[in-house]
Amino acid sequence: MDDNGDIAVAIRGLTKRFPGVLANEAVDLTVRRGEIHALLGENGAGKSTLMSCLVGLYSPDEGHIEVATAGRSLRQVDIHSPRAASRLGIGMVYQHFKLVPNQTVAENIILGAEGVPFVPKMRDVEQAVGALADKYGLHVDPSALIWQLSVGLRQRVEILKLLYRGAEILILDEPTAVLTPQEADALGATLRGLADDGKAIIFISHKLGEVLAFSDRITVLRDGKNVATLATKDADKPGLAELMVGRPVLFRADRDAREPGEVVLSCDGVSANDDRGIRALSDVTFSVRSGEIVGVAGVTGNGQAELAEVVTGLRKPTKGKVALHGEDVTGKSARRFIDRGVAHVPADRLGMGLAGDLPLTDNFIMKRYRRAPVSAGPFIDSSAVADLSRTYVDRFRVLTPSIKTLARNLSGGNQQKAILAREIDAGDRAEGIPFIVAAYPTRGLDVGAIETVRSALLEERLDGAAVLLLSEDLDELFVLSDRLIVLHDGEVMGIVASADATKERIGLMMAGEAT
Amino acid sequence: MIPWRVRLEKRLDPAWHLAWSVPVLSIIGALVASGLLLAMFGVDPIATYRAMWKGAFGGLFGGDLYSASETLVRATPLILASLAVSVAFKMKFWNIGAEGQLIMGGIAASGVALFLPAAAPGIPQNLVVYGVLMGGAAVVAGALWALIPALLRAYLNVNEIIVTLMLNYVAILWYSHLFTSVWNDPEGFGFPGSALFPEYTWFPKLFGTRLHLGLLLGLLAAVIVWVLFDRTRFGYEIRLIGDNPEAARFAGVSIFRNIVLVMLVSGGLAGLAGLSEVAGISHRLQQGLAAENGFTAIIVAWVAKLRPWAVVLVSVLLAAVFVGGDQIQITMGLPSSVAQVVQGVMLFFVLGGDIFSRYRLRVFRHVVDMAPAAEAN
Repeated sequence: MDDNGDIAVAIRGLTKRFPGVLANEAVDLTVRRGEIHALLGENGAGKSTLMSCLVGLYSPDEGHIEVATAGRSLRQVDIHSPRAASRLGIGMVYQHFKLVPNQTVAENIILGAEGVPFVPKMRDVEQAVGALADKYGLHVDPSALIWQLSVGLRQRVEILKLLYRGAEILILDEPTAVLTPQEADALGATLRGLADDGKAIIFISHKLGEVLAFSDRITVLRDGKNVATLATKDADKPGLAELMVGRPVLFRADRDAREPGEVVLSCDGVSANDDRGIRALSDVTFSVRSGEIVGVAGVTGNGQAELAEVVTGLRKPTKGKVALHGEDVTGKSARRFIDRGVAHVPADRLGMGLAGDLPLTDNFIMKRYRRAPVSAGPFIDSSAVADLSRTYVDRFRVLTPSIKTLARNLSGGNQQKAILAREIDAGDRAEGIPFIVAAYPTRGLDVGAIETVRSALLEERLDGAAVLLLSEDLDELFVLSDRLIVLHDGEVMGIVASADATKERIGLMMAGEAT
Repeated sequence: MIPWRVRLEKRLDPAWHLAWSVPVLSIIGALVASGLLLAMFGVDPIATYRAMWKGAFGGLFGGDLYSASETLVRATPLILASLAVSVAFKMKFWNIGAEGQLIMGGIAASGVALFLPAAAPGIPQNLVVYGVLMGGAAVVAGALWALIPALLRAYLNVNEIIVTLMLNYVAILWYSHLFTSVWNDPEGFGFPGSALFPEYTWFPKLFGTRLHLGLLLGLLAAVIVWVLFDRTRFGYEIRLIGDNPEAARFAGVSIFRNIVLVMLVSGGLAGLAGLSEVAGISHRLQQGLAAENGFTAIIVAWVAKLRPWAVVLVSVLLAAVFVGGDQIQITMGLPSSVAQVVQGVMLFFVLGGDIFSRYRLRVFRHVVDMAPAAEAN
């Protein structure tokens, strides 16, 4: 490959500092046309900051950026705003989509685009969008409203938005974090198609599997530095993990055999509706015992979210019975569930798990502020809060400037670690065996953090906790769970011991074929 | 082309001194800007500011205490009303109804002072007993008035902004009706106002000025609200709801219960402001009880970022601007609109300046290629 001729973007010696943090240090990165370049690194390694410089959200303190787009050769550019980046043909799909839910696909696509007349001709836009969609296999109805679309389709809209603006360099920030495995595969194919058409794709991820599957070259960032750029064909999982973390990583979690104890949680014929009042769970019956991890497998949107809410008291079942330690708690308040030792790692971290604009200390005491030592009568003891917070930060290696830092300012992985630290410690063992509901606890985490989370869950299991684990990752479910519940369309398709199950069988059950 | 460019960048961990330096610089900026305006109208800004200062703090450093005490008198109801608003705002419950709650508190306290001595002559007629009774009535009346929007919101999800705002006018009309007709002083020659309260219900004066017990009440309330916010489970819960109601629900916090509690506290505090005005200043129910303090309180709470100690400080500063503004009308013969312009510019700068405590300015020199912007069209 001709080295200079094909380069679409080159970052040269980029350094970016924040007060107290060196986010990027002398990073070099070149991305060629027609390649999918994976940017791999742990949370906080500087991936997002680097890309923010490329899309004009930050300005580098040192170094510069060269771009060859819009038919021009490689030259140094000053990307001072997202609009400037857009004019240079650089666009980014963020992890949290920037779409207006009650506008149509076409309306979202022209929102903020340049050269759109004051009164746009929507039919022309829809045609243009349709043509782009056909060309790259990104099929979505341009007149559909965003809220009607699945997450996978919304992501397509984001990609179409960039293509409509003429982007030649596409950056995707952890695009598969919100997708099902099938959707992720489809995305991989789409990206390949875009690359074949001459686009340069930068793909931010910390999932080794998909990086190896989708990319042509891989750049690994660690502590803000570029530690390696290598061709994907020369890379393997353990090698990449070691580059990312800086030490060898074990991929297997050891689950000792253990005889489960008494039943901690049981659901008997439970049905529940979703937020729109449509039935999401039908006649679900299962139990979780002490010292056992029960995994819930299923394609996203088949009742898992509602199940997690029902067993934590956040959603009232329409039918059936929920019991904790043999006590009927159906329809009781979330507070009652918490008092009875129910911990919950929610799927939506900033939406439900954290108060983003409050300091970590406030977030850490969410489940414990009603009890000593955090509170004494109506008062909260701030030194006890600080002690507790430091314990959590140390135990789960939450990377934060201080315990007073706002939760919003932590990286996604550290937010998740903070939630986990809080929830694993939420149950008061004197009140009974804890029941932990972990919804997608490793979603969006890097290898190091995944290790921490998995071993914490296994440790809790050994300690006698009852764990209900929701995950999209079948490998994870098999590694961690003693038994698996398979949900399809709100119904339990079967409950199997994970030792006796095969992925193929579970996959069929997830697709709704009872076995 | 300009060889440099300025842009705002978000501060991740704002430095501690910004809480002080930004407002101080904002006020200086406001003085300069309104000074320019004054000069444009041919008024000497330095003389105007000097007159304002003298009017607001006059004899503070030697001489009589009159001006400074008037500023504090003006600040007293503002402190209580602003604390009331802050409590609700902390939970992002938008209580725009402090004005009405203040008035209801004033009405209830007046009712006790005017009619209880005759109705129940057995009750000891002294300040302690009547202070407690009038205070209790004011708190309960303010709290009940605030309970209406709280219940409507908690049960029926009715927008509290509309309800609290409209209830202000209901309260104002009731109050006008009372002091002009029902409770009008029979010996008052038709003058709009109730009879004077018995003297034992009057708040004692401080330092021989018009300053009264209400100021101490306000300071005490500030300390209590601070403890409530910073040191209690209740404060924690309202913080949590204010930041993320979903997280609060997740943590098992009853949002319903807290809406009701917060509005009872908020309305009660506003009611105390009403008590302070009738028992400390007017000693009767008459025109000008609330003086828009319930609305000004919203600005104070916002500028103070809902911090109780800052509420006290901002209330005093704003009161100084008001009193000083009155003063330049008298001593310099300037129209009241001049004072209002200065007040407006000041609020504009302080509220607008806040952006610099959250963002920092960075200046960049342009590098080689800025072309795309030009060639895009």
